Amino acid sequence: MKFDTPATTNPIDRLKVVGKPVDRIDGPLKTTGTAPYAYERHDVAPDHAYGYVVGSSIAKGRIVAIDTSKARRAPGVLAVVTAQNAGKLGKGNFNTARLLGGPDIEHYHQAVAVVVAETFEQARSAAQLVHVDYARAKGTFDLASAKGSATKPKDGKPDTAVGDFDKAFAASAVTLDATYTTPDQSHAMMEPHATIAAWEGDRLTLWTANQMVDWSRGDVAKTLGIPKENVRLVSPYIGGGFGGKLFVRADAIMAALGARAAGRPVAVALQRPLMMNNTTHRPATIQRIRIGTSKEGKIDAIAHESWSGDLPGGGPETAVSQTRLLYAGPNRMTAMRLAVLDLPEGNAMRAPGEAPGMMALEIAIDEIAEKVGMDPVEFRVLNDTQVDPENPKRPFSQRRFVECMRTGAKKFGWERRAARPGSVREGRWLKGLGVASAFRNNLVMKSAARVRLERSGRLVVETDMTDIGTGSYTIIGQTAAEMLGLPLDRVDVRLGDSSFPVSAGSGGQWGGNSSTAGVYAACVKLREAIAQKLGVDANTAVFDGGDVVANDRRVPLTKAVAGGDIVAEDGMEYGDLDERYQQSTFGAHFVEVRVDAATGEIRIDRMLAVCAAGRILNPKSARSQVIGAMTMGVGAALMEELVVDKRLGFFVNHDLALYEVPVHADIPHQEVVFLDETDPISSPMKAKGVGELGICGVAAAVANAVYNATGVRVRDYPVTLDKFLDKLPPV
Amino acid sequence: MAPSNDWKFTRRDVLKMGAMSVTALAAPRLVAGGSESGLGATSKPVTAKVGMEVNGAQQALELDTRTTLLDALREHMHLTGTKKGCDHGQCGACTVIVDGRRINSCLTLAVMHEGAKVTTIEGLGRPGSLHPMQAAFVKHDGYQCGYCTPGQICSAVAVLDEIKADIPSHVTGDLTAKASFSRTEVRERMSGNICRCGAYSNIHDAIEEVAGGAA
Ligand code: FES
Ligand code: FES
Repeated sequence: MKFDTPATTNPIDRLKVVGKPVDRIDGPLKTTGTAPYAYERHDVAPDHAYGYVVGSSIAKGRIVAIDTSKARRAPGVLAVVTAQNAGKLGKGNFNTARLLGGPDIEHYHQAVAVVVAETFEQARSAAQLVHVDYARAKGTFDLASAKGSATKPKDGKPDTAVGDFDKAFAASAVTLDATYTTPDQSHAMMEPHATIAAWEGDRLTLWTANQMVDWSRGDVAKTLGIPKENVRLVSPYIGGGFGGKLFVRADAIMAALGARAAGRPVAVALQRPLMMNNTTHRPATIQRIRIGTSKEGKIDAIAHESWSGDLPGGGPETAVSQTRLLYAGPNRMTAMRLAVLDLPEGNAMRAPGEAPGMMALEIAIDEIAEKVGMDPVEFRVLNDTQVDPENPKRPFSQRRFVECMRTGAKKFGWERRAARPGSVREGRWLKGLGVASAFRNNLVMKSAARVRLERSGRLVVETDMTDIGTGSYTIIGQTAAEMLGLPLDRVDVRLGDSSFPVSAGSGGQWGGNSSTAGVYAACVKLREAIAQKLGVDANTAVFDGGDVVANDRRVPLTKAVAGGDIVAEDGMEYGDLDERYQQSTFGAHFVEVRVDAATGEIRIDRMLAVCAAGRILNPKSARSQVIGAMTMGVGAALMEELVVDKRLGFFVNHDLALYEVPVHADIPHQEVVFLDETDPISSPMKAKGVGELGICGVAAAVANAVYNATGVRVRDYPVTLDKFLDKLPPV
Repeated sequence: MAPSNDWKFTRRDVLKMGAMSVTALAAPRLVAGGSESGLGATSKPVTAKVGMEVNGAQQALELDTRTTLLDALREHMHLTGTKKGCDHGQCGACTVIVDGRRINSCLTLAVMHEGAKVTTIEGLGRPGSLHPMQAAFVKHDGYQCGYCTPGQICSAVAVLDEIKADIPSHVTGDLTAKASFSRTEVRERMSGNICRCGAYSNIHDAIEEVAGGAA
């Protein structure tokens, strides 16, 4: 099915199941520990052995010699695989560095060996006996010093320009020119990257934790040099991904190689202390933002430049993308430059581009609003645009940004904010309020599904879509139930298996809308088949309460399947609506903090997000997406930073003790408001993404609240007390 | 100062190390010899027999003495509801209740738990017969990916018991007054259980509901 004209009324609009805040259908499994994650498949691989990965202890250079003889002789060891005996390996389309290093080493903790043994303890013990001699080469590890060598990336759209920025900026009544930095960050999902691999002849099955089943099936095949059809990927439950599990990682390849060498299924989970340097991370950025306005606060000129680094062949963190779309202004430019760094591979983490981009842009807006002498909510409202500011002929499909700001301000009690920073003191606490916009583009992706109405009257949905905590099981079930007029408990949803039709997968906040649109398409086909069986017109028949209603008659659905199951398979593809219209999601974040006047300790007291993101398919799981993103935004604001050892080239704090993420004590009650909205230009679901919108702008709202509390502006994330303690007002 | 290799303990030092070490010394009944000195793939690791009650069922195991309680549960008893997030005591995903108190099962060896009563997430409730805390997590959407969830739930159940048992926490203001349920207390006590999906606000609502029901 092709979606190339805006949606009109369709069965989803009945909203009997879709749009309801139903509990997740996988909830009872997840809360009882019975949902099977990748490393837990004793049911399918009962005699598997265990692999333990050895990571490189240099960042760049060569392996001169690798001695595995001691490890091979250790108790229980079945195989040791290194680049020397792995056979020829390719590199996946989505990988920048190779997943098994040697002899060349591209980054610290790049896998150099996997030790396979009967037990985990034996594999771990023997892994310590692998002896590697390295020849260390000189690497570049510091973005600030490599900034001068950064070049214009070859792919994508690194630069944009409209009007004459320089001239307009020079002539502006009020100007801001400031530089911000965001650090490298780690996904740090709770489930380590994990895979069990089993070979049957030349066919490979991987039970793995992966967000994008089809991409990764292809990349496993490409890396191992086997046909894609010979690879099956199964990923029904994923313990968090946030972009870190978009691609094939070393666990999958090491498990496959280990299993081939040992002649047994092998389970590999990346050890936690290996994850942060072995896998991908959100790259650090340096961002320069210049804004020029009239005396009244209208933006005349806006420029956003960003520098980031990656391994050779990698890409930039696209931190300027939102600045091309978020605020009006006739004269504008954006530019991205990429330096070569020999740190671990940079790649997508929740809202790549916008998350770090908004961290900088939304402080800049706070700063310029203050310079103009305007309330930051009013400043944002004044500079709203209803069209793509770089291409004014292109409207937004929906843009209720101002309403988000106004609704949030009212609900949060924004009028109580003191405009003069550092002026509200309650006992030992300095209090402050902060606001930021939320903005993230909406992407649509081709997605297919298979639906089967069984003789029992149950409806089964199969698609290789994944649920990484996003609620896919539930919203897909709701979609199918709505389409067939069934209660949700008559629908079984099966996900994450490459033997199912190829879906959009989970990434870029496209998964919810795109995968349900694919299920919609399959259900339209199923409805036609059922109607035909029953001899009624599919276009006028109403599927309701387990019946088909047509010509004033009600026939139970089960009648159509009396002779056997009916199966339908289809997918949704998209025309050019996303080119004709800019599709984005909008929101506003409000935060209240208190800062200890003596110690600088920051506590967050209140958080509110108002979101306009199309139809909300399940307000309960959508709200969870947003509060989770707000929590990650707090981490970005106050604590998250992979600390670079600039001498040896690795992330020093590579475990969960030293890479700090928010814990219970850091997070207050969080409120989320969804504007009642549908976007018929997006898909027949009229929905958009929301899981990444929630993180965009949060960190800046926190930083702006800290500024409002203390009067000290911190432009380098995370906002830790060492960066402002000496500048606090006298106690 | 030269590095010291002197690891000889006096008897008094061992006594000073406290109950945990004493248990460790007393518990294992070593049954197989072996060494790690490269005798080849056939040599057996040091194993020990250990018996414990897990979710009401008696378990008799013979384990490599290096096996953590977490891996004993996951890899030997196939109780995979208890999760491994870090294997280093940094995340709380492996929380189980041992003899009434919650512990990080990755930080303790299985052989230290001879005779212990262990409750895991599977022992609290099953789909169709959920423990009230499990049901509250479903109702309040106190999870997303679900990977930290068993640990959060075991912790939450134990936290309410700790408060009931008047065990103070870092944020308990008055140590002479009876410990009581409050947002600050619960957030502090739950802070060893990381949820990267960020379900904290909902988890809190779930715990609050169960605590209210219990009071
Ligand atoms: S797995 Fe035990 S604390 Fe993380
Ligand atoms: S639900 Fe995913 S880490 Fe807590």
